[in-house]
Amino acid sequence: MAEVLFFIAGIGAIAGAIGVVRVANPFYSVLALVFHLLSLAALFLLLRAQFVAAAQVVVYAGAVMVLYVFVVAYVGGEQMPVRPAGGPALQIGAIVFAGALFVELVIAFLGSSLQAIDTDGAQYDPGFGTPGQIGELLLTKFLLPFEVASFLLLIAAVGAVVLARRRGGIIQQAQGTPLDRPRPLGTGTMAEAVGILLPEGSGLKEEPEDEREKGGW
Amino acid sequence: MSIAWFLVVSAMVFSIGAGGVLTRRNPLVVLLCLELMLNAANLALLAFSRMWGNGDGQVFAIVVIVVAACEVCIGLGVVVAMFRRRLPVDVDEMTELSG
Amino acid sequence: MTTTGWLIVGFPLFGSIVIGLLFNRLGGRAAGLVGTAAIAASFVCAIITFFSLEGRGHEHRQVVTSLWDYANTVGVDAQVSILIDPLSIFMALVVTGVSMLIHLYSVAYMASDRGYARFFAYLNFFVFSMLLLVMAGNFLLLIVGWAFVGAASYLLISFWYRRTTATQAGIKAFVVNVVGDIGLVLGTYFIFFKGSHTLDYLGTFDKAHQIAGGNLTAGCILLLVGAFAKSAQVPLHTWLPDAMEGPTPVSALIHAATMVTAGVYLIARMWPLFEQAPAAADVGAIVGCVTLLVAATTALAQTDLKRVIAYSTMSQIGYMIMGVSVGAYAAGLFHLMTHAFFKALLFMAAGSVIAAMAGEQNLDRMGGFRRAMPFTFACFVIGGLALAGIPPFSGFWSKDEIISLIGERGGWHWILFTAAYIGSFLTAVYTWRMIFRAFWGDPVPEAVELEGGHLHHAEVHTNPATGEEEDTEVGFPGPDHHIAEREGSMKIAMGALAVLATIGGFLQLPFGIVDAVDRFLEPTFAGSKYYDSLDPSDGFTLLGLGIGAVLGIAGIALAYRIWVQKPGTAERVRARFGAAYALFKNKWWFDELIDATVVRPFAAFGRFGQATFERVFVNGTLVGGTTGIVRVGSAAVRAIQSGFLRAYAALMLLALAGLALYFLIQAS
Repeated sequence: MAEVLFFIAGIGAIAGAIGVVRVANPFYSVLALVFHLLSLAALFLLLRAQFVAAAQVVVYAGAVMVLYVFVVAYVGGEQMPVRPAGGPALQIGAIVFAGALFVELVIAFLGSSLQAIDTDGAQYDPGFGTPGQIGELLLTKFLLPFEVASFLLLIAAVGAVVLARRRGGIIQQAQGTPLDRPRPLGTGTMAEAVGILLPEGSGLKEEPEDEREKGGW
Repeated sequence: MSIAWFLVVSAMVFSIGAGGVLTRRNPLVVLLCLELMLNAANLALLAFSRMWGNGDGQVFAIVVIVVAACEVCIGLGVVVAMFRRRLPVDVDEMTELSG
Repeated sequence: MTTTGWLIVGFPLFGSIVIGLLFNRLGGRAAGLVGTAAIAASFVCAIITFFSLEGRGHEHRQVVTSLWDYANTVGVDAQVSILIDPLSIFMALVVTGVSMLIHLYSVAYMASDRGYARFFAYLNFFVFSMLLLVMAGNFLLLIVGWAFVGAASYLLISFWYRRTTATQAGIKAFVVNVVGDIGLVLGTYFIFFKGSHTLDYLGTFDKAHQIAGGNLTAGCILLLVGAFAKSAQVPLHTWLPDAMEGPTPVSALIHAATMVTAGVYLIARMWPLFEQAPAAADVGAIVGCVTLLVAATTALAQTDLKRVIAYSTMSQIGYMIMGVSVGAYAAGLFHLMTHAFFKALLFMAAGSVIAAMAGEQNLDRMGGFRRAMPFTFACFVIGGLALAGIPPFSGFWSKDEIISLIGERGGWHWILFTAAYIGSFLTAVYTWRMIFRAFWGDPVPEAVELEGGHLHHAEVHTNPATGEEEDTEVGFPGPDHHIAEREGSMKIAMGALAVLATIGGFLQLPFGIVDAVDRFLEPTFAGSKYYDSLDPSDGFTLLGLGIGAVLGIAGIALAYRIWVQKPGTAERVRARFGAAYALFKNKWWFDELIDATVVRPFAAFGRFGQATFERVFVNGTLVGGTTGIVRVGSAAVRAIQSGFLRAYAALMLLALAGLALYFLIQAS
């Protein structure tokens, strides 16, 4: 029974992934990803990670993907070509690379000397994967990562607001200050610094030309 | 249904996501492919957590979900800003990070 | 005594540094007075050291004192040490005494020059280097002092550095001196490295008989090359006439009294080596003789006042070199001393005349200054009499002593003896030619002006050699000229030298009446086979003195006849001996010879090297190659930063995959 579920979920996940990559319309890509996430939640359940599965569905598929849907609706993008600018060579190259990466990862997993991979997993106590156990871990062993993650969320929220606001923010800027007009040549602080233009009231005097020509010895 | 199968699925999804990052032009879809890769990593983490019988991997997976959420937030904010300024929303057109 | 010995060298150095650092603050003539005071202090120390040396026992008169150990490595032990012995104190007394008087002269002579302080700094530096040279206790300091005097000479010859002729003359002097430096260093190599293995003088001299004959002769001949370059002997003499581009005090000090005598000092100091290598000594004697004649004949046809005196210097140094090469050490050094007196006097007086002519140096334009400049005229006469060898002036005693000792050597030295007397006659002729042309006859306009009490000023200042216009700013001579009749310090200096030129000869009279110089210098030359043995008989000496006096007076009489009594005679003689006159006027074409054989091939080789080796290999391959490689490499690396996000992502993924592969392979 578990194997059947595994295969259904697995094929669903892979199909969703391929759908994300190959579909032209970004809206449909988002939907494919949602499907992929739900399959993945099923796989998580098979791994006895109930809480993570629930979080995946609620947070990931529920919040993040909805955000995606909104943005895709706003931005659009149906008219873009799917093919990248590099031509078919890049596509073939990407596929080959992906294949090579897959092979390498599989070798890494299966060729490693982890005997436990072939088993179903270690003995677990009944509380494994429950929210209770997760919560206990979060507040004892992983307290610091927990706090840092919440801080990261705060930063992300502020950053998003900053990025997406209108230019000028809430307060409207004054239009056209004199600073915006281009300066005529030979004026301004650069000219003063170089010495072409002596600042008024500073007491500096121009040295006569011939004084500088007289040598010492 | 040993742990190895989950790991194989994870590897497959990861490679598909990598190929997608390299191939697609729309930045939104590129971000979606990044999500794919993150999820694949999550799956692998949970598989190993099951293998050890210990909850650490699950906590790690939750933190990964949090991070993914933040990153999507910012990434989408950038895309929206690009769109607002009427720049072409196309990864190949954004070349100002050149040397 | 060792303290005063070091102070002799130290005072001029200190003076030079003080003037050099404070050149902006020293107003008026202060720089000159500081410089003169430094040399005067050095002279006082030399006198003190002289007396304390005399107070010591006869065997203890060669003292080496060292300040610190400069280098002590494998085979080489070089100390900063001076040798205080009669020869070095003799030279130090001459150098500091004459320098002091020349500094005094320059205080007034250079007073209107913009580079006044610079002049005195350089002059003090020169005196320091010369003293270092003569008081050095080992070959290392000798070479250092030798090089420093060359540098000081260059600085002072091109003192008026905006004059092209002056800078070219300075470079010429420096380059020829470097040739001599090479000879000196190579000679030291042969003597030190292949022979005595010690840089110290006294140690080397003790081991002189152990050095192999071939090495010793080679070393001594190379030392002679150095001596010839510094003392302006044929064929390395071409720089000396051109060196007259420097101010007159420079010519007086460096190119008459001190630097050019360094070669004589060298041969005298190295007498143990030269006596073991008679071939080298003979070379020295022959070259001295040749120079004597070449210079004397050339001086007959020169029209520039200072160049006549320069060739006269060359000729007299030929006498000195001949003297110390054949073994007449005391006589040669005595002539060095008297020559310093009367030659410096002649140069100073010449400076006064040139100032009266407002910078003009051509004899053709001078005449009749007798009434206008009596003091200068008197100095010229005294110097001329001393130079021509008329008794009782100093030049007579010293020159004739050398010649009689040369005759005493016998054998083929009779040729040198005869040539020396011919040279003596020619000396009298050209010296008095110069004096008669400048002071007798109708007064030229400048002289008339001066008799009226007004010193001539040129409206347009020109280069005396080429006639091109100059201004009087820094780098050129100053606007005013100072003559002896009007400046007190010039009078004091010239007066002191005139007195010395008159009575200086009485330090060493023949027949053993007075032999102060001989007895003083004896500890240095103890053990020499010629010092005591060359003792001509009284009759021979009397004969020599007689011939010398007669030739001198005959020369003056001939000059009087040609240039004063019968005014047209000079042109007739010139027309009759046309070929000889051309040879003498063109300085025996030595300049052209050296230009054709040495200068042009070198320049051509340099151009060839630049066009082929430097352009192709150095610029093209080494410089161009490395920059090209860097450029191509960085272009290749720069291509990675294309700006394409996709490329960056691909690179990151590739790197990640690579890393994983690496760890996989490592783990298996």
